[in-house]
Amino acid sequence: MTIVDMGHGGARSATAGAPALEVDDLNVVYTVRGIDREVLRGVSFTVAPGEAFGLVGESGCGKSTTAYAALRYLPRNGKIVSGSVRVGGRDVTAMSDAALQEFRAREASMVYQDPAQAMNPTLRVGKQVVEAFTVLGHSAPDAAKLALEALRKVRIADPERVMDRYPFQLSGGMQQRVVIAMALACHPKLLVLDEPTTGLDATVEAEVLDLVRVLRQETDAAVLMIAHNLGIIRSLCDRVGVMYAGKIVEQGPSAEVFDSPQHPYTVGLLRSLPRHGVRKTERSLATIPGILPLIGAHLPTCVFVDRCPLADDKCRTEVPPVVALEGDPNRFSRCHHVDRIADIPEPEPGVPITVLSPSADQPGVLELSHISKTFRQRNHAVPALVDVELELGEGETLGIVGESGSGKSTLARAMLGIDAADAGGVLALNGTQVPPSTTERSADDKRALQMVFQNPDSALNRSWSVRRILARSVTKLTGVKGAAANKRVEALAAHLRLTPRHLDLKPRQLSGGLKQRVAIARAFAGDPRIVVCDEPTSALDVSVQAAILNLLADLQSAERTSYVFITHDMGVVRYLADRIAVLYLGRIQEIGPTNEVFNGPNHPYTEALLSAIPSVDGEEKTRIRLEGEIPSPANPPSGCVFHPRCPRAMPGVCDTTEPQLVEVAAGHSMRCHIPFDELGRLQGVPLPTPNDD
Amino acid sequence: MLVTLWLLATIVFLLVSVLPGNVGRKVLGPFAPEAEVQRYNQAIGTDRPLLQQYFTSIRRAFTLDFGKSYGTREDVRDMVLDALGRSGKLALLAFVLTIPISIVAGIIAARRQDKITDRVIVNAGLASSSIPEFVTASVLLSIFAVQLGWGKAFANPPDNAGPIEQLQYLVLPATAMAIAYFGYIARMTRAGVITALHADYTRTATMKGLSKRQVMVRHVLRNALAPTITVISVQIGYLFGGIIGVEKVFNYAGLGSLMLGAVGAHDVPVLQGAVMLVGMIYMVSTLLADLLIAYLNPRIRLGATK
Repeated sequence: MTIVDMGHGGARSATAGAPALEVDDLNVVYTVRGIDREVLRGVSFTVAPGEAFGLVGESGCGKSTTAYAALRYLPRNGKIVSGSVRVGGRDVTAMSDAALQEFRAREASMVYQDPAQAMNPTLRVGKQVVEAFTVLGHSAPDAAKLALEALRKVRIADPERVMDRYPFQLSGGMQQRVVIAMALACHPKLLVLDEPTTGLDATVEAEVLDLVRVLRQETDAAVLMIAHNLGIIRSLCDRVGVMYAGKIVEQGPSAEVFDSPQHPYTVGLLRSLPRHGVRKTERSLATIPGILPLIGAHLPTCVFVDRCPLADDKCRTEVPPVVALEGDPNRFSRCHHVDRIADIPEPEPGVPITVLSPSADQPGVLELSHISKTFRQRNHAVPALVDVELELGEGETLGIVGESGSGKSTLARAMLGIDAADAGGVLALNGTQVPPSTTERSADDKRALQMVFQNPDSALNRSWSVRRILARSVTKLTGVKGAAANKRVEALAAHLRLTPRHLDLKPRQLSGGLKQRVAIARAFAGDPRIVVCDEPTSALDVSVQAAILNLLADLQSAERTSYVFITHDMGVVRYLADRIAVLYLGRIQEIGPTNEVFNGPNHPYTEALLSAIPSVDGEEKTRIRLEGEIPSPANPPSGCVFHPRCPRAMPGVCDTTEPQLVEVAAGHSMRCHIPFDELGRLQGVPLPTPNDD
Repeated sequence: MLVTLWLLATIVFLLVSVLPGNVGRKVLGPFAPEAEVQRYNQAIGTDRPLLQQYFTSIRRAFTLDFGKSYGTREDVRDMVLDALGRSGKLALLAFVLTIPISIVAGIIAARRQDKITDRVIVNAGLASSSIPEFVTASVLLSIFAVQLGWGKAFANPPDNAGPIEQLQYLVLPATAMAIAYFGYIARMTRAGVITALHADYTRTATMKGLSKRQVMVRHVLRNALAPTITVISVQIGYLFGGIIGVEKVFNYAGLGSLMLGAVGAHDVPVLQGAVMLVGMIYMVSTLLADLLIAYLNPRIRLGATK
């Protein structure tokens, strides 16, 4: 281990020749209320031609600012105060407006989050793609030809038809392909990908990432990629920089950084992710205490010192050196205590949770039988849920997964009675049937079944204090009023690790994690038996997510609450759920114990969902990719609803007869014509024997 | 649309039938013999039961035949259309003056957001739309027509006036109206452009390497102008019928003056005709605005199914 002076040079690329992107000691401020506040504090890195460099870190750490500064597209109040950004040897920070325009047209491109917004909604796709070529000086007919070619290159099968459409007529995956096609129009030297798959479904995300992988081999553009999903970065980027409070605190080859992190922040970030199939009862997730410093905070020494488990006096008085690490010449960590990384305490062991599985003489806390939900749309029946059968034991967590449009949220709303299920089904709490609609349910039934929503911002009354929000729920759910209610609110808050100070704040004064804590406290106000959680952590950073997941596990351990946990994050569901139900087009395709669902053999749809996730652990998976989009529930395909997208569909069977949900192993059911052992053979999974784990 | 028209006709009927007073007495004056008054009421039908009058009035509204004026015995349709022609000229001129200027001002303000230019435009707009138009009209009249003698104090051009001469008569009242609308339109445009400038697609266009001008013309404006168009269309009806103050100040015989006179004279057919016409202009301009917005926004045109 050597300590090197990085000075102004920054990390030099090992690759011969000039780097395609060279960011050197970049300092950026945002002017907020007349004061310049530091956002980037001396960011340096280089990306060689053909190399992909990832930036990771939680929101607010400066990764997007770095990317936008590299293309000099900062917000109005943003300003580069010092440092340089060189692309192909030319300093972007010193360019005139005309040169900058030329630079953006010919040398740099960007692909953004949310492709639906990234295209002009009022212009045809063709016009927008053609424009990317006319700006390079091509004549209109040439540009049109090149545009068609570009769309073919991003694997759009019918480019003429796509050119003629408007952006809103395309699916999310298709929109992102078009944006990528525009970005590649000029054969850029630098391609910036800013969360290119966030908000897309897992299977679509996998398609887009595959496309990026293939295209990377065809160009020698340097790729700068931002993603909060570490798995994506690992699967796509050669090297990665971990950012915290406007500084790169650790850098190196992706696999090395993710497998043996050498900065306390990286360690915390990685340990807060549910990984390696660990479950809540085995180990709790690591959290990073405290919160990210605000932009412009005064951080004279180590930026991470206030939250670091290794921090000592040296860390508070001396700027940490850039410590070069063994292995890659570009690997470094900015830490005084790289040699003590192993001393960071492991997360605590998990909490014991007793699950009372439903049995013949012990009814489940929640039972759904023949639950369907049909919406009416212009005299057209849209079946959003079809014949759902579920039961939930006390203290059990049932994960519900599926792509958007699969009916996950409809199922949650039907359970709660927000959208009453169709007549004919039975919904029972503790063995007693309850009415389908909330308005007809008794106060006790309402209290027993509560919900936590994805977005606490819209779930909490923003003009009320936390105390008032919780007191209202206590009164509404339990009938307790006045001082007694207030006492209950304080007990509840303490239980949820909210301090009394938080009680007198309004939601907007709280961070995202605290807001979600209040939303959970609200659901727990009346001692619910079942809490339905609809993507409760998908808007949160991973370390905050870890705290919320730990909290949910603790509450479950103490209160023996059952959860229905809706998520698209397979890592989270594996950590938290005892059983998993996979939904497609409103039908349960597979349901079974978590381990069996993850180990397989699986329903082909589950197989596709599982193989779509890029893992931060870098595990290789057999890939199956789904073609096309989820069909409209108003017009479901014949036979098995999954057959048009199923890579294993058997013509003549799957397209004519809908398979039944059949128990293939104890507690594990599937809706597939292919026999279980045949699926195991196809998927290369040995069949579980009764003695196997 | 027909339902709206029917509702409008009904409301107009209800309003005029609650106007106090005997129509015949009002028209013929306090000294006319009672028998005369009764004969007059019989002739124009105001002695018939209310329901019957209502049906007559609805039929008239839909056939655009409002009968004859109580006062002058002229055909109401001719009177109203004449007035409409004059109001139309004035409104058109006001539009030609105000729309380009206020849209351009709005765009400039948006591009220079929070800078001095923006502040000046926003505040000028605020001032212009908060001063009542008859005040602006009076000020313009006294400064330009009376003191400087540049324009005409009476807006009614002589019957044989050519286009240029007519313009000279109309320019002052049109300016007063234009000033009243400048603020609305400029501020609406500014807000629309600022929203579009911050949109992701604008970022995409900039990153493509388009010039600022290309970004503005091809990507920003088309998305930014929808709210402005809505505001303008709502103002059209108002501009035709509502600028009574300006017409009064310049003594212009447009729709506003006609309506004002008809209310005073209890001249129900004229009032009915004028109000129905203004209502129709209102409907047509709103319809045109919706069509224009649909043309600019394919999502509306093609139905947002996705």
